[in-house]
Amino acid sequence: MIAIIPALPLAAVLLNLLLGDRLGKRGTAWLACGSVLAAFGFALRAVLHLASLPEHDRQLTELAWTWMRVGDFSADVAFLLDPLSAVMVLVVTGVGSLIHVYATGYMSHDPSFRRFFLYLNLFMFAMLTLVLADNYLLMFVGWEGVGLCSYLLIGFWYERPSAAEAGKKAFIVNRIGDFGFMLGAFMLITHTGSLNFERVFAAAPAAFTTGAITLATLLLFLGATGKSAQIPLFTWLPDAMEGPTPVSALIHAATMVTAGVYLLARSHVLFELAPTTMQVVAIIGAATALMAATIGLAQNDIKRVLAYSTVSQLGYMFMACGVGAFGAGIFHVMTHAFFKALLFLGAGSVIHAMSNEQDMRRMGGLAPRLPLTHGTMAVATLAIAGVPFLAGFFSKDEILHAAWASGHRGIWLAGIVGACLTAFYMTRLYVLTFRGPSRVSHEAEHHLHESPASMTVPLVILAVLSVVGGYVGMPFQEGGHAFERWLHPVLSAGGHAAAHHEVSRATEWTLIVMSVGVALVGILLALRSYLWNPAMATALRARFEGVHRVLENKYWVDEFYDALVVRPFVGISEWLWRFWDARVVDGLVNGIGYTFEGGSAILKLFQTGFVGTYALFITLGVIALFLHFLR
Amino acid sequence: MTSLPLLSFLVFFPLVAAVLLALLPRGAERSARLWATLAAAIEFVASLPLWWRVVPGAPGFQFEEKVAWIPSIGAQYHLGVDGVSGLLALLTTFMTFIAVLGAWSSVEKRSREFYALLLALEAGMLGTFFCLDLLLFYVFWEAMLIPMYLLIGVWGGQRRVYAAVKFFLYTMAGSVLMLVAILSLYHVQKQWSGVPSFDLTAFYAMPMAPAQQLWYFLAFAFAFAIKVPMWPLHTWLPDAHVEAPTAGSVILAAVLLKMGAYGFLRFAMPMFPNALMVCAPWIAWISIIGIVYGAVVAMVQPDLKKLVAYSSVSHMGFCMLGLMAMNAQGFAGSMMTMLSHGVSTGALFLLVGVIYERRHTRAIADFGGLWKVVPVFSAIFLIVTLSSIGLPGTNGFVGEFLVLLGAFKTKVAWAAVAATGVILSACYMLWMFQRVVFGPITHEENRRMSDLTLRERLVFAPIILLIFWMGVAPQPFLDRMQPALDRTIELTQSRAMQSAMSQSDLPGVSIMTSPADTVGVRP
Repeated sequence: MIAIIPALPLAAVLLNLLLGDRLGKRGTAWLACGSVLAAFGFALRAVLHLASLPEHDRQLTELAWTWMRVGDFSADVAFLLDPLSAVMVLVVTGVGSLIHVYATGYMSHDPSFRRFFLYLNLFMFAMLTLVLADNYLLMFVGWEGVGLCSYLLIGFWYERPSAAEAGKKAFIVNRIGDFGFMLGAFMLITHTGSLNFERVFAAAPAAFTTGAITLATLLLFLGATGKSAQIPLFTWLPDAMEGPTPVSALIHAATMVTAGVYLLARSHVLFELAPTTMQVVAIIGAATALMAATIGLAQNDIKRVLAYSTVSQLGYMFMACGVGAFGAGIFHVMTHAFFKALLFLGAGSVIHAMSNEQDMRRMGGLAPRLPLTHGTMAVATLAIAGVPFLAGFFSKDEILHAAWASGHRGIWLAGIVGACLTAFYMTRLYVLTFRGPSRVSHEAEHHLHESPASMTVPLVILAVLSVVGGYVGMPFQEGGHAFERWLHPVLSAGGHAAAHHEVSRATEWTLIVMSVGVALVGILLALRSYLWNPAMATALRARFEGVHRVLENKYWVDEFYDALVVRPFVGISEWLWRFWDARVVDGLVNGIGYTFEGGSAILKLFQTGFVGTYALFITLGVIALFLHFLR
Repeated sequence: MTSLPLLSFLVFFPLVAAVLLALLPRGAERSARLWATLAAAIEFVASLPLWWRVVPGAPGFQFEEKVAWIPSIGAQYHLGVDGVSGLLALLTTFMTFIAVLGAWSSVEKRSREFYALLLALEAGMLGTFFCLDLLLFYVFWEAMLIPMYLLIGVWGGQRRVYAAVKFFLYTMAGSVLMLVAILSLYHVQKQWSGVPSFDLTAFYAMPMAPAQQLWYFLAFAFAFAIKVPMWPLHTWLPDAHVEAPTAGSVILAAVLLKMGAYGFLRFAMPMFPNALMVCAPWIAWISIIGIVYGAVVAMVQPDLKKLVAYSSVSHMGFCMLGLMAMNAQGFAGSMMTMLSHGVSTGALFLLVGVIYERRHTRAIADFGGLWKVVPVFSAIFLIVTLSSIGLPGTNGFVGEFLVLLGAFKTKVAWAAVAATGVILSACYMLWMFQRVVFGPITHEENRRMSDLTLRERLVFAPIILLIFWMGVAPQPFLDRMQPALDRTIELTQSRAMQSAMSQSDLPGVSIMTSPADTVGVRP
């Protein structure tokens, strides 16, 4: 029973709609959390069953119904559970459950409590459809479905114009990506005759020329850049922070934004046929990782820092895919889901405690007041910074290792620099929020309180996962680590995964020492300039005034898009309507009308109604005829 | 064949009901709407056999009725349905019922006449879909114009007369050319077969030289293109929609616009296949311009109805593009787009009507923050908006996807450019939605708006149901239309081959005069 996993949250949506306010707050909370927890239970059971099968049989499919069958094209509503979707489905339902529980506390005072969980459950349904689909078209349903929920949840506080605006921006930017997804899917259909994963991958090597597969994969990758906020379509994600914080944690950190990485890993057979695309993916990933990390250095809104951090970490995942290490990418998806969800939920706990203050310049010294939040956030900060033996260390290290081993030295260098920046901005966030002197306003100080258990318990569980989550990927194991072996049946399809680049033990150790080294440097630098010697931060900012301005304004990318795309577009629209439609086309139409009207006005003059006039015309006519025939 | 002539009943029942309604005593205005609703409901129920009893795979037309009409010239009263016209007829009876029910509180003056005209319009539309005789087709085609002209001209907004006249003249200009072509064709046919006939099947069987088809095709295509409406012949639509009363807009968008595409599918394409082959790339590009142009111009409309009208131009562009793709996916996508556009855009006009009734304005700037005041309305508005955007899982997606797939198979560039419509539709619809429903309440008057009444909820419930049904499980619809569409493709292609191959030894060619001459010998 795979279909029941997405069906459960959908059922909760329908019940929520049907019962309406009769549910009450408690009922709503139980229904929403219960459905997702139950989905997690069913997912766990299905995955355990999957694990019990011999390795090459680990692929369960389930046909629900035929969606559309037209001519030689058909698409089903059918689900697929294999090791890859198993990882995704566990992360989505697991982290999703925790965030649902957290949200019951976080949103408890919101008047639109029921609507919130309606959207959140709908999101779970769409996300699970996305990862469990057995073909590109059903995946696209989930793909656009999560986009819709993202739109609704970013704009959840719709009365704030900025929230409504951010939601719309997210949807439209995603649609630009979806345009690529759709054209990519058409190419798959015309070349392989199907959208079913298995059939497409089986047919692809013979069906495509290198040029065609490069174009098709680039189009799919365009879809991925939209959903996963990569250059050039990343601008929506920071704005998405207008949504409630649990939404940021669930959708814009742990699950939806990783859909692009999932798409690439799922389609790895296709991407491996297109080396040029792989190169592009790696470069875009590295560039995004670096660019977002630098922006993260100069932001003051706690959620914005985390948003840019997410963009940057997603860049790492694409970097991994681009160098052929799809497994490492998915590994980072998982560990990132743990620590980034934790960071967002922790930030939410801070914001909750601070009466909705998000500016870190008005925080500081919160550690003793929010002990649990502080402790768990500290763990997450270390985990994302890449401190050894925490989750983020293993996955990030694997990515850097893969980049080096596959010969992408430039990509590796970008990754190393990015790792240093990550450690720096995360430590900065941690210090500005929890350490140093308090800059909290008087009223906020008054209400300052640790969050209720419904919020802190998920924090603790996620903290534990952020510590131990990486051990499934311990390096230095014969035949790859547990996580790699688990994904092997999926990622070895197409025969390319065997190209595992071996490097010597010594090199591997050097790489690890270097990545740990830069992380420590980043942490220490940040501690020095924000905690031990705060004057240094000010001095630095003064010294690099120009650079700081550029970073604070996010390289003016939004302004650039606005000037280059949005404004001209609206201008052209206005012109087409007011000039072309109203003047040219209607001018012609009305012109024809007026010509007839004018013409008949002249003809009307001949119909005077006087017999004398008519007699005159008859006489003139007769004379004319005479002249004509006598000539 | 059934013993009861179902199709004739469907055509004439609303006509009879219309006459009876008009004869109601003055002062019976309130009961008029009850009787009209009852009549529309009966009509809808009576049309359901078109869903149950039309056998999709059966050859030819079903429920056929054939009676001599004007024997001296061979004109017949010939009706029949297949999967395509059956579904469109169902759309007609369904949306007419919805429109009548939706009009209850919006029509204040002369409600007897109003409903009578709506029902008469229904008769005209159904006749157009059912008829298989060219002369009869022309009669129904023109007959539809009159009630709509009156609906706009009498019950319309401030510039109703301008809009009504524009609508009438635009459409007439096209159909006059078509009439000339029909009469000329009739002569050619008579000379070729020796038996005078306006029967569609006779024209399907008649071979024609490719060069000759062109003028006939253009005459038909011009008439249909105006109706679709295809860019740049679309400018009557925004005016007609803005001025028409809600029910008029609903029917106009839901059914009347489909007449153009249906005309292409039933008449222009299979009758003149070689001309079609020549013109298809042009028509496809014009459709693509329409898709983009409609969307771009919709973006900046200050008036809700105008915005929806321009979005129709864009959607109907998809319809025509699918037909020009000339393959199974394109055709099916085009039909699905017709059906889902009918339902969703009809619903959009109803929704605009709902807020117009309450606030007497349609300017987007006059709204904002409606979710807080009218949550049920807003939720329904959201679903319909998403279906218009073509979100997967709703009806809009199936049609759009299939059209684009069909277009992609025929010519990649068509699909690549047309698919930008997917982005643009999200832009204009969501921006509109944001300005109307989200944000703070900017106009105090809006605070007092009342949410949907029970009747209004009943109007929207079946629409929402259809939106998801057609989106999630469209196969029953596809199964019904596909055999008929396949036949059309086959017919078109085999006729094209036949004419192209036997061009040299066609006996008909020599006696077929050029169109201009044929016009000259008109009786």
